Amino acid sequence: MPEGANPGAEPQKAGPASVPLLEVRDLAKDFDVSRPWLNRVLERAPRQLLRAVDGVSFGIARGETLSLVGESGCGKSTVARLICGLYAPTHGSIRFAGVDLASITRRTDMLAMRRRFQMIFQDPYASLNPRWRVERIVAEPIRSHGLIPTERGIREAVAKLLSDVGLSPQDAEKYPHEFSGGQRQRISIARALSSNPEFLVCDEPTSALDVSVQAQILNLMKDLQREHGLTYLFISHNLAVVSHISTRVGVMYLGRIVEIADTRTLFRRPLHPYTRMLESAIPDITMSGKARTPVAGEVPNPLDPPSGCTFNPRCPYAREKCRAERPELLPFDGARVACHGVHEGWVPVEVARGEPPGLPATP
Amino acid sequence: MTEKTPPLLEVRHLRVEFNTRRGTLVAVDDVSFDIAPGEVLGVVGESGAGKSITGTAIIGLLEPPGRIAAGEILLEGERIDNLKPEAMRKIRGRRIGAIFQDPLTSLNPLYTIGHQIVETIQQHLPMNAAQARKRAIELLGEVGIPAPERRIDHYPHQFSGGMRQRVVIALALCANPRLIIADEPTTALDVSIQAQIITLLKRLGREHGTAVMLVTHDMGVIAETADRVAVMYAGRIVEIGPVQQVIHDPQHPYTAGLMGSIPAVGQETERLPQIEGSMPRLTAIPRGCPFNPRCPRVFDRCRSERPDLLPANKTLAACWLHAPERRAPAAGNDWSEGAVHA
Repeated sequence: MPEGANPGAEPQKAGPASVPLLEVRDLAKDFDVSRPWLNRVLERAPRQLLRAVDGVSFGIARGETLSLVGESGCGKSTVARLICGLYAPTHGSIRFAGVDLASITRRTDMLAMRRRFQMIFQDPYASLNPRWRVERIVAEPIRSHGLIPTERGIREAVAKLLSDVGLSPQDAEKYPHEFSGGQRQRISIARALSSNPEFLVCDEPTSALDVSVQAQILNLMKDLQREHGLTYLFISHNLAVVSHISTRVGVMYLGRIVEIADTRTLFRRPLHPYTRMLESAIPDITMSGKARTPVAGEVPNPLDPPSGCTFNPRCPYAREKCRAERPELLPFDGARVACHGVHEGWVPVEVARGEPPGLPATP
Repeated sequence: MTEKTPPLLEVRHLRVEFNTRRGTLVAVDDVSFDIAPGEVLGVVGESGAGKSITGTAIIGLLEPPGRIAAGEILLEGERIDNLKPEAMRKIRGRRIGAIFQDPLTSLNPLYTIGHQIVETIQQHLPMNAAQARKRAIELLGEVGIPAPERRIDHYPHQFSGGMRQRVVIALALCANPRLIIADEPTTALDVSIQAQIITLLKRLGREHGTAVMLVTHDMGVIAETADRVAVMYAGRIVEIGPVQQVIHDPQHPYTAGLMGSIPAVGQETERLPQIEGSMPRLTAIPRGCPFNPRCPRVFDRCRSERPDLLPANKTLAACWLHAPERRAPAAGNDWSEGAVHA
């Protein structure tokens, strides 16, 4: 197997001077999960808010791939939807190419902005209209933004897009049910690319696919990124996929980023105890036979998150301070991490490259 | 060694067909394998490879039009594929337990989990209600549910996904079955919970001598859990052998491609090796070796003749590369190295 020694593959770093293409600052989203009004009145139940995303900030430089990883319910998909405008943020700002999206008031300006970013969804069965032919699906963004005036031009553009994603131009005449999951995901990608966007938000684009098809789609996404100069926000729960596709990775837990660093740093030296836990929990085909570090506990109920650091009930290093005070995401040796222990030096950090420090046995 | 202990489960030349309006589809074609007591056999393959259908056929839950068209299935030396539904129902739950992917659909939302476990226990074991309840509490404790004496009276919706899957495992264990068929038991779960469930399955196999047939598409789960692994493609087993051998030294080009396409943490490659194309539909399985149109090492014989499982290194692989007459000429240069395109 080609163990890719690729000398030119330096992770692209955003110089301090370059403005990030996308910048998210202190983003928060509450969902109202209260009982119905009548119940509230009769039972005197208060309104209940679920904070799905809580103070998330990051920037993505042009040409970069930032991944957000975490378990279900950590808020990673909500961040994706906030950025795409599918939800309105409760708090915080999203700036694209220096423009605050909330400041755009004219509909035409908003449309022009929307053209520049597109989304790829997880389920290629649910995200394509089964009653439309592929041509209509792929051309929809072109038509709705009025990018190409003539029908003939649109047909040519669709044919080009389909061959770009590894399908045949003749497939334009078919319906989605005639394709396999991997091919459908290619159609979704063609649709996303049809408005010539700069930025793609990919929400678990390969998790519904088989591994061999996943490899094809990941390779395709990397090729397209290079050819079209795309920037990706990649949402996934699969650390192996994330380590393959990303230049930087943010780890989320209960609506917050607990650690963010460039991919190599994060995987060689995970700092936050939750990141270490996630890494040790990945079933790895090379560590066959060895027992994984069993991880205790589950993600707590987001309606009633623990005080202080939300990871404290599961953290083997937790101290009194972790239960009382919420840690901020602060720089630490090339990464940013939200952990009292790491910053104060009582969570051991292995500085050397190589084997990440494991978790101590839970008492 | 498998030679000494007689296998717990033997599947011989199993063939499952679906009669449809467009003709007969062969979903499982000439599949044979054994599972020894206490052994975990992993069955991997992509969607549509026939791995779940094989499991469903063994527990006798094939839905029409699916049917076993040929072959036999033996549990502890006794044929179970031709039993009447009534007799099969007694075996299911008592001697073969099943765990499915989605824990929510395996549990009845209208009854407490205690009710469901007690009912299953009483169905199979001669116990009164109090004894059955006591055993249910023990089982819940054994699968790692905290405070089982309290949790037993809760409804499925009051449990998280990982806890529900534990309840389903407890249900499968009710009557101390000899064999558990686990179909994607961890796929719907988060990685940290996955690790807990896998540890649990392994421990149960070790402590009770229960054999497990673990059907999954996740090679990582197989690598950690299984003793042996069978790789399926287009309804057939293309390679079967000890898990380490199959993962680190795959003998079938499909297995090699599959292993290569799995991204690993920290492995810094620009591109993943990929197998071109996709698995054939059941309506259009190619002649000869079903993998031949995608195979980088294909030669004439592959297109005309179907290979059987042949000894290949320490595994069995259904591939003409391992035909005895072909292996004889030393270090053949007639097929090139680097089995998979980048």
